Amino acid sequence: MTFFMIKCVCVYLSGIGFGLIVNLPHKALNIAGINATIGWLVYYWILTTWGGLGAPNFFGGLVIGVLSVIIARWKKMPSILFDVPGLVPLVPGGQAYNSIKNFALGNYQVAFNYLSQVVWIAGSIALGFIVAELVNKIQQKFRQTRARN
Amino acid sequence: MADQQKNYDHLVIDTCVLAGTIMIESGSEMTRVNNTVLRIARNAGLADANIYATLTGIIVSGGVADVGAQVGSIDKRVLDMEKVAKVNELSREYEAKKITIAQFYDDLKNIDNLVAMFPLWVQLLGAGLVSGSLVVVFQNNLPDFGITFLVGMIGWAVLYFLNIYVQIRFLSEFIAATVVASLAILAVKLGLGIQADDIIIGALMPLVPGIPLTNAVRDALSGNLISGPARGIEALISACALGFGVAIALHFF
Repeated sequence: MTFFMIKCVCVYLSGIGFGLIVNLPHKALNIAGINATIGWLVYYWILTTWGGLGAPNFFGGLVIGVLSVIIARWKKMPSILFDVPGLVPLVPGGQAYNSIKNFALGNYQVAFNYLSQVVWIAGSIALGFIVAELVNKIQQKFRQTRARN
Repeated sequence: MADQQKNYDHLVIDTCVLAGTIMIESGSEMTRVNNTVLRIARNAGLADANIYATLTGIIVSGGVADVGAQVGSIDKRVLDMEKVAKVNELSREYEAKKITIAQFYDDLKNIDNLVAMFPLWVQLLGAGLVSGSLVVVFQNNLPDFGITFLVGMIGWAVLYFLNIYVQIRFLSEFIAATVVASLAILAVKLGLGIQADDIIIGALMPLVPGIPLTNAVRDALSGNLISGPARGIEALISACALGFGVAIALHFF
């Protein structure tokens, strides 16, 4: 449990750290970190209840995509400011590294195993983003029709 | 009178091109660039303005007689989210008629003075935070937090200075990755770290092209089949450079 809390703090710190690298505006830093933490919590929850590679990353990406558009509307800033730091903890860094390492050492079978995991995870995150975009479009349409009536 | 109108139209188109150039240079996605530029033009009274933006250049046409179109070329791409936010903010202020088009153009010209990059030590701190905390998140390896923090900082410093002094694209990523991997293996040999693989994974994370990849997916999905694949190739080459750098270090140590 203590380790879980430490992990949560680390996710928050990684979001803020990435924000510092890409020169996020000062007032967006804290929220970007919180967004990253929420996205990762969703990912972790689904990973521990259902497991697998696709579903956790898909829902993580979906939640981050939807949340960052909501935050963007609230703060009146572009949504890209919030979703890129949010994605950092979901990137398949370990698998990508293992794939490269095994390529370099000549274990092509193992390398391709890891590579397919990387492609699968990256595809799930991208799909989550697409669905998030769809949700935002529907919400926008809904708001427009309500404003007209 | 006609001259005045023509000067005004020219100023509007110049502003549009400059705004678009700054946004693409700083790493914004294309849909946002198109929307912002068209919004500025419409608010200024050019209802038929049109824009064609790619990763390496931007064309804005006014849609009125005697003005024609303007071209802006984009040679460098750095990640600077605050500039994207600033252009967005200025465009909102212009829409609310808080600033005139001349002030808007002036502010865009001086955007380097208006928007400050974080100083190097803060960037290094950020790189260290990303590296150190992601080792804990990805690999459940708490004891290596400190050494990964340090190696990540050194890796980012190498990238930063190579980007300033040796302006060859992708070479700086390659060398930074080699340095990171060598330092990680050395640190484990000296007894400062436990798992060399974990340290490399963490310390490489600040160098991974995250924003270009996200933008590539977004641009391709919004139907921009020129910018999407172009960004994808850029991200892929940087990722390959990182991979080769690590592979070389693994071979030698």
